[in-house]
Amino acid sequence: MTAIDPAAARKATQAIPSIPCDAEGPVFREPWEAQAFAITLHLYDRGLFQWPEWAAILGDEIKKAQSAGDPDTGETYYRHWLAALERIVAEKGVADPATLDRYFHAWDHAADRTPHGQPIELKPEDFR
Amino acid sequence: MAGHDHDHDHHHDHDHGSELSETQLRVRALETVLSEKGYIDPTALDAIVEAYEKKIGPRNGAVVVARAWTDPEFKKALLADATKAVASMGHMSRVGDHLVAVENTPQRHNMVVCTLCSCYPWEVLGLPPVWYKSAPYRSRAVKDPRGVLADFGVSLPKETEIRVWDSTAETRFLVLPMRPAGTEGWSADRLADLVSRDSMIGTALAKTPGGAN
Repeated sequence: MTAIDPAAARKATQAIPSIPCDAEGPVFREPWEAQAFAITLHLYDRGLFQWPEWAAILGDEIKKAQSAGDPDTGETYYRHWLAALERIVAEKGVADPATLDRYFHAWDHAADRTPHGQPIELKPEDFR
Repeated sequence: MAGHDHDHDHHHDHDHGSELSETQLRVRALETVLSEKGYIDPTALDAIVEAYEKKIGPRNGAVVVARAWTDPEFKKALLADATKAVASMGHMSRVGDHLVAVENTPQRHNMVVCTLCSCYPWEVLGLPPVWYKSAPYRSRAVKDPRGVLADFGVSLPKETEIRVWDSTAETRFLVLPMRPAGTEGWSADRLADLVSRDSMIGTALAKTPGGAN
């Protein structure tokens, strides 16, 4: 997969109309948002889930956040997206929350010990 | 993972270590676990992100540059304190604490490097290009900036000095490219279309009116 299939992204935005878009496609506020979007698109391509299923989980995460006081002005959209992504990989038995948590802390450790200006890489010592 | 508590104290030392935000850490965790399990291919992921890189961020940089070209007072303020000048425009979401604008002139061309995207002013420039984070770019940009520029199709007169700035967690750079000839009387709006992201990293010049499509 060297080129992006624009049709795949278009299908995603049609299936999930809430994705922030401009005339040409999805727009992102920060790099991690694009990464989360890319991971989701990739898992969809792999057949891990169908868009209606994704929409239901994302919608549920947004509702949960709203009832917890999220203003839902669009700025937090990809936070909900990320929560939905973590949930769907857990529900599909791909990655459980405990594993993700372990890697979360390992990356945190890796960032902490990496001098500024060098790429952050995960090493076995980061898992404590 | 809504029930997880990730708000532990992030007291990283900016002088020595690097820092990733809570969301960056969560995305990295997902990416690593999923690629180790063979569900995603990091290269393919890069390709997806690259396809959208120009859609990331408010791309305010071009607006800032165009205003500096048309408003001498603003340009002065920008070169004196870019963080303050950019914040005064009001619509920026969040600008790094120490944004420094460096001006290209016939005598000096500025270029910016850093291997970490966390040290890139994406609030102003959008997502960094994939090559920006690569080790070859970083080391070559320092050793052979003219060669790197040539690779990007930019050739500068021999007399033009090339200054390479190393972006750090504290200080991020915005290159103020030279205003192209033949744009006299243009509005800031129209000028902004000539300002590419790469021209604000210093690996390209501002587009010329003829080449702007």
